[in-house]
Amino acid sequence: MRALLFERSLAKVAASRLAGSVVPGRGARFGPLRLASLSEPEPPGPDWMRVRPKLAGICGSDLATLDGHGSRYFEPLVSFPFVPGHEVVGELDDGARVVLEPVLGCQARGVHPPCPACAQGDTGDCERVAFGHLRPGLQTGYCADTGGGWSTAFVAHRSQLHPVPDSFSDRDAVMVEPTACAVHGALRVPTEGALVVVIGAGTLGLCTVAAVRRLGLPGTLVVVAKHPEQRRLATELGADLVVEPQGARRAVRLQTRSLAVDGRLTGGADVVIDCVGSARSLADALAVVRPRGQVVLLGMPEPFRTDLTPLWHREVALVGAYAYGSEPPAAGRARARTFALAFELVADAGLGRLVSATYPLERYREAVEHAASAGRQGGVKVAFDLRGQRATGERRARGAGA
Amino acid sequence: MSPRPGFVLETDRATPPTLFWHGEGWRLERLPPGSRIVYPPEPMEAVADPDEAVRQALAHPLGDSEPLADLLRPGMRLTIAFDDVSLPLPPMRPPDVRQRVIEAVLELAAAAGVDDVVLMAALSLHRRMTEAELRHALGHRVYEAFAPHGLLLQHDAEDPDGLVHLGCTDAGEDVEINKRAATSDLIVYVNINLVAMDGGHKSVATGLASYRSLRHHHNVRTLQHSRSLMDEHRSELHTSNWRMGRHIAASGIKVFQIETTLNTDTFPSQFAFLQRREWEWSGRDRATYLATSASLARTPARLARSIFHSIRSPHALTSVQAGEVEAVHARTLEHVHRQHVVPVEGQTDILTMGLPYICPYNVNSIMNPVLVMCLGLGYFFNLYRGKPLVRAGGVVIMSHPTPWEFHPVHHPSYIDFFDQVLAETTDPLEIEAKFEESFATDPWYVHLYRTSYAYHGVHPFYMWYWGAHALQHLGAVIVVGGDVAAVRRMGFKPASTLRDALEMAADVVGPDPSVTHIHAPPLLLADVE
Repeated sequence: MRALLFERSLAKVAASRLAGSVVPGRGARFGPLRLASLSEPEPPGPDWMRVRPKLAGICGSDLATLDGHGSRYFEPLVSFPFVPGHEVVGELDDGARVVLEPVLGCQARGVHPPCPACAQGDTGDCERVAFGHLRPGLQTGYCADTGGGWSTAFVAHRSQLHPVPDSFSDRDAVMVEPTACAVHGALRVPTEGALVVVIGAGTLGLCTVAAVRRLGLPGTLVVVAKHPEQRRLATELGADLVVEPQGARRAVRLQTRSLAVDGRLTGGADVVIDCVGSARSLADALAVVRPRGQVVLLGMPEPFRTDLTPLWHREVALVGAYAYGSEPPAAGRARARTFALAFELVADAGLGRLVSATYPLERYREAVEHAASAGRQGGVKVAFDLRGQRATGERRARGAGA
Repeated sequence: MSPRPGFVLETDRATPPTLFWHGEGWRLERLPPGSRIVYPPEPMEAVADPDEAVRQALAHPLGDSEPLADLLRPGMRLTIAFDDVSLPLPPMRPPDVRQRVIEAVLELAAAAGVDDVVLMAALSLHRRMTEAELRHALGHRVYEAFAPHGLLLQHDAEDPDGLVHLGCTDAGEDVEINKRAATSDLIVYVNINLVAMDGGHKSVATGLASYRSLRHHHNVRTLQHSRSLMDEHRSELHTSNWRMGRHIAASGIKVFQIETTLNTDTFPSQFAFLQRREWEWSGRDRATYLATSASLARTPARLARSIFHSIRSPHALTSVQAGEVEAVHARTLEHVHRQHVVPVEGQTDILTMGLPYICPYNVNSIMNPVLVMCLGLGYFFNLYRGKPLVRAGGVVIMSHPTPWEFHPVHHPSYIDFFDQVLAETTDPLEIEAKFEESFATDPWYVHLYRTSYAYHGVHPFYMWYWGAHALQHLGAVIVVGGDVAAVRRMGFKPASTLRDALEMAADVVGPDPSVTHIHAPPLLLADVE
């Protein structure tokens, strides 16, 4: 089969880090990612199935890995070499379309009894992602035993697969996984009636806007977006106010009628959802959140140093939001699987439109660079298009935007 | 030789290019043959002895008023209010006329043994004046005599303890003004009447009022029915101020009004060409134009701004009158009209104007896009009596760089107004209904207005309303040479050249349009038949 393989190589990681710091996404050109012909992974057990990806998205966490900016925290939680790709819509051998829920929790790992988190359905918090009959890997796409979406085939446990409704296009379906992340982040803290600020309007940010608007019932939803197309989409998806990063503090100040001291607000937003995960975005979040407000860190953070004095002084709660699982009951809704909510949201908000360009595997360097600069180029989600590609390695070049 | 009156030139192919102000600079533009250019009258002769003229005015008041000396007595409470930094434009060479007048008033007060005297800058909702600006307006001697003792105040329209509500007019308008002034035995108000809009009852009713009071006339409905702002008899803004002024008088508050008029000798001699008609430019004028233009082209914008704002105008006093408000103002208007009025026959399809670097609200500051709008559509458009210079559905073409730039200290609420309000709508009525109150009562803007040097939070709204009559009247507004994004944000059309703008305007008003250029500053008032 054809696959993009990420190998452990300190020298190449260093090269990717250097290249990625010069041009975002350039790490794919010089780093440890390569296009390879591999044997298809063997199903590790009877409940495992072969999936042939149709579309596989490029996620912000993938970009951080390829550019060498990811945290070393993950090293013991992944196994090398791995095939990236966890945002996947694919096809089973019987032709059924499925979306992958990539977390490799207790059930997929054959761990019995399951850990308390998995027992409750909160698979994102699984305590056994480095244990069981699989090698470590917090998700498909980071585990050497399963393969990943950036290939023509991988294996997945039955519990990881969700059937795709006929009404969904492949583009709709590939947006389900990032939407699930957004849903989880949006529901991580109560936002009903609150002033909510979403920082960042890439894929995760825009999905979060849709999720907060439809599931969180905010009083006012302010979105901080860098690029014009992002601002347009944020408005379409339900933002009450969209501002550029340099205008964020002014906008929140005006919304909250706060005072300011040396540019820092005395009041602020009830909830800030940071969909970027950089030192700058967290500093901005802390600058615009009110005392005793909540900051949800949803974008995967890179390692950085930051001043937490405002968090301490203003008694702000910093809450992480990773992946998905189940969501607590709220607003007349029973406890629900995050993916079930994500399917509904993709359909309701038309999130398939966020897929801006697709590339064949062979053009992975271009694809990754495009993904890293999608916002600047007026795009959002970039994905690999594996439809028509065969496990034997049949190649068919397909242009961007196909 | 008496100064020549203003006049209207009809251009032909031999007419030299016309000077258009363009922010901190200017351009020579060729108007289509058959266009009209409205030139202001030449500066009137100044009074020979300004100090003596002031003394005479105080001693021989107009209307039902005693001479000022007879109104002053020991033990009384006297407040001398004066126009703020927004007048005159550009700031005048020292001594400022306010200094002359206030020194004369203080001499009389001292002679009468009045020792409770306070000077008060009538800021309304404008920014506070800096020490340098106060020293310039009042002179060092007056400043030193009052400021160190806390007797030089600046009206604070947001001081809950410093205002007094005097009830409502017959039309239900709240009249709330400065408490110190209202509780004085006498208010002496010192005006600079640069244009016909200034002075009269507007001095106290606006200059010393609160937002609660101002909102009754600084609103879209009133401004749309002020036709024009320079014609008090057809201006709802003035009608409302007059009601308030009469209410103030009926409340027992005594105002001794002093109004001064200046001639249109606006720019120093090194810029003499700015006040000359182009075909009369001397070789020296042409050389100065070329040299300054070339120099400005190489000068960074910030430096150019600083140079222009250091210009001190040679404005000279043409009249001073004092006494009862309405009688004084009537005489003042005669002088203003004598200096400014230019008869113009009929309206035009397209009105062109070159906007300079300064308006009343960016002295020593930045002319942000909202102020460009206000200067063009609020002030220049309103330089008429009778009918607007441009017909209903016509087009105004303004020339100004319109930078997307704001003074962060002076204009903080303007930034949010531009970023958030105008991004949503440019309709004055919608803006007023949806956003005004929130800005006007925002505690941060209030804090900055009171303690820093910021215009009040509601001020950008008033600037927008100032142009509301024009926005209602016009078919389109085109800005030549402006920042494209800033121009579009305001709902106007950008054009890179005057020629392009004229072509775009023809799409609105039809082919072969009539074109009129208002050649200001120096200022004028078109009397349109």
